[in-house]
Amino acid sequence: MKEKYGNLFDMYAKITGENPYEVPMRIYPAVHYTMGGLWVDYELQTTVPGLYALGEANFSDHGANRLGASALMQGLADGYFVIPYTLGNNLADEIYNAPIPTSHPAFEAAEKAVAERIATLKNINGKQTVESFHKRLGKIIWNECGMSRTAAGLKQAIADVQALKKEFWSDVRIPGEINEYNPELDKANRVADFIELGELMCVDALAREESCGGHFREEYQTPEGEALRDDKNFMYVAAWELKNDHEWTLHKEELKYEVIQPSQRNYK
Amino acid sequence: MSHTTMNLNLKVWRQKNTKTAGAFEMYRVENISDEMSFLEMMDILNEQLITTGGEPVAFDHDCREGICGMCSMYINGKPHGPWQANTTCQLHMRAFKDNDTIVIEPWRANAFPVIKDLTVDRSAFDRIIQAGGYVSVNTGNAVDGNSLPIEKAKADEAFAAAMCIGCGACVAACKNSSAMLFLSAKVSHLALLPQGDPERKTRVTNMVAQLDKEGFGACTNTGACEAACPKEISIANIARLNKEYIVAGLTSE
Amino acid sequence: MTFKQMFTSSVGKKLVMGFTGIFLILFLIVHAGLNATIWANDGGLMFNKAAHFMGSNAVPRILEIGLFLGIFLHIYQGYLLTIENRSKRAVGYAVNYSNGSKWYSRSMAILGTLILLFLIAHIYHFWTPSRLGGIGSVKALGEVEHNGVILHNLYAEMDLVFTNPYIVVLYVLACGSLGYHLAHGFQSAFKTIGVHNKKYHAMLSSLGYGFSIFIPLLFALMPISFYFDWIK
Repeated sequence: MKEKYGNLFDMYAKITGENPYEVPMRIYPAVHYTMGGLWVDYELQTTVPGLYALGEANFSDHGANRLGASALMQGLADGYFVIPYTLGNNLADEIYNAPIPTSHPAFEAAEKAVAERIATLKNINGKQTVESFHKRLGKIIWNECGMSRTAAGLKQAIADVQALKKEFWSDVRIPGEINEYNPELDKANRVADFIELGELMCVDALAREESCGGHFREEYQTPEGEALRDDKNFMYVAAWELKNDHEWTLHKEELKYEVIQPSQRNYK
Repeated sequence: MSHTTMNLNLKVWRQKNTKTAGAFEMYRVENISDEMSFLEMMDILNEQLITTGGEPVAFDHDCREGICGMCSMYINGKPHGPWQANTTCQLHMRAFKDNDTIVIEPWRANAFPVIKDLTVDRSAFDRIIQAGGYVSVNTGNAVDGNSLPIEKAKADEAFAAAMCIGCGACVAACKNSSAMLFLSAKVSHLALLPQGDPERKTRVTNMVAQLDKEGFGACTNTGACEAACPKEISIANIARLNKEYIVAGLTSE
Repeated sequence: MTFKQMFTSSVGKKLVMGFTGIFLILFLIVHAGLNATIWANDGGLMFNKAAHFMGSNAVPRILEIGLFLGIFLHIYQGYLLTIENRSKRAVGYAVNYSNGSKWYSRSMAILGTLILLFLIAHIYHFWTPSRLGGIGSVKALGEVEHNGVILHNLYAEMDLVFTNPYIVVLYVLACGSLGYHLAHGFQSAFKTIGVHNKKYHAMLSSLGYGFSIFIPLLFALMPISFYFDWIK
């Protein structure tokens, strides 16, 4: 036990103050909100030529379920066994291209967009801390888009996140300056993204009227309480496009299984 | 389990940036649960500071489960606080009593300049790794995963060295600000494995040279680093590093 | 890696300390062994003969040069390292860290300095009178004749020097410093030269603690034995 799980037991003991070798461990399931990652080909190249995604950032070894330490395994496998043998294919052609200067219009546009967003955030000068928004967002998502989801709960969550977003962009307070080491500004940028992603997760969970993988809708379960799939209507990957605020457009990417067919999960 | 709350006095090092001098500030936090982690307590302090118009305390943190090596506080005269084999993020408030005064300082070493408050610049470690803490893999066909048999005991020993999360507690604890435990963990990890063998001489030579360039002190085998290390890296690794260095020095061209 | 690089890097400077340290440990064994002849209770004859051999034979005289070089290097490098290491932390801690390390392993420079001060007195008491003929001697060094060979009467010199209780106390204190210096230095030296094997490391650690008690105790007993007239 110690050989296999010693480090986990040590972590547990530090958090709870209880010795897991003597006292029964208190364990509860937790959600893993996002699964998968960027699409990559067998060489780990994304749909953007020259942009490679390694480790947990890509979807390849990480399906609709997630096992412990898969991030570590994938990082090592991609870094040691794959990328050294595939990156060269790109570099071999890349040698003919001159370095792209930072005066490139795309670079300048991106830089301007980031600078504007940072200035906007900083100039809100409201009353509430970034941390408080993060906590509130966490509670909304945990309650309604967590372990099990319902249509009513998700609709409420979408409304709540949208309200939270409005409040965030009008009342967040970021101390410090833009051009100095500023963890609060850093965190604000991330929480702004989390709010957007949180909304998207609820939108996606609401649209997917079935239960599968890490997604469990209370309305869609077998009499035994297992996930009830609907492969006729939902055999696709949902790619969402955000055009304007809260305007999500769904692009369906069809899934085709040739050899192995997806089936009902059964732990019995 | 019984659950208590406490009020605490915090004596925290505040420093605007690398160039300005810093000083200690006293703060009081109240109703801190003994089940909170130390960093949650720091979050509460920061919330308190921001809402009252102050500047939050900058401190490094990331995973908060003791595996990333970002957190770096020197608490009451010990890197990562009073618990053994522990990182700051794993320290919980039950380690303290009501009305305790907790002194919180950044890692102190010339090679780790303070960026702000409790955040220090540990990029020196990255440069040491860049100098040799890797194995070169040529392009071509991928090798089979099992083509290099490694004895279990050796693999375990290499793993124990690879446990180093590069937090810098060894430097913070050492009276010489020496990074030798860090370096030895990285050198030992690769020296113990067949993959690390081809580059073992240049690795140790270049990494030691980079370490000296970064301005860390020399090791005097006091053992303070080992006691402060959250991953309990053994100082036997330092002796192994010395051996690697002597062999490289005597046999290199 | 050049040899210069090998011995001037942070690891290299430690190598110099380690190698000279081990050399000085070997010297201590020889020194303690020869001096132990005072307990032969033969009026110092064996001791004076041993001292005469050390002072007149070419081999120990050549080794002696090495010894002085070793001592000098050890002291010079030791101070240099201490100064360098101290300079690596410009802003100190409000609360100092003392876990995990022994006070004596953090105080090698101070212990070494105490030993150096003692060494100056010690050389003044015994080495210069014997080698340079009475210079700095407490009194002119006497001579004895044995089988037609004239021997310096270092034994009598010891007997005389150690009638002064202050000197006896100084020597005993110095032996204490030496003990603690060795308690860290012995095992540290072997770590520095790369002994990482657990088996050997455990063995050298216990050997080191034993050595750091036994040798200084033996040295300390010498002035004490003279002072309390335990030897004839």
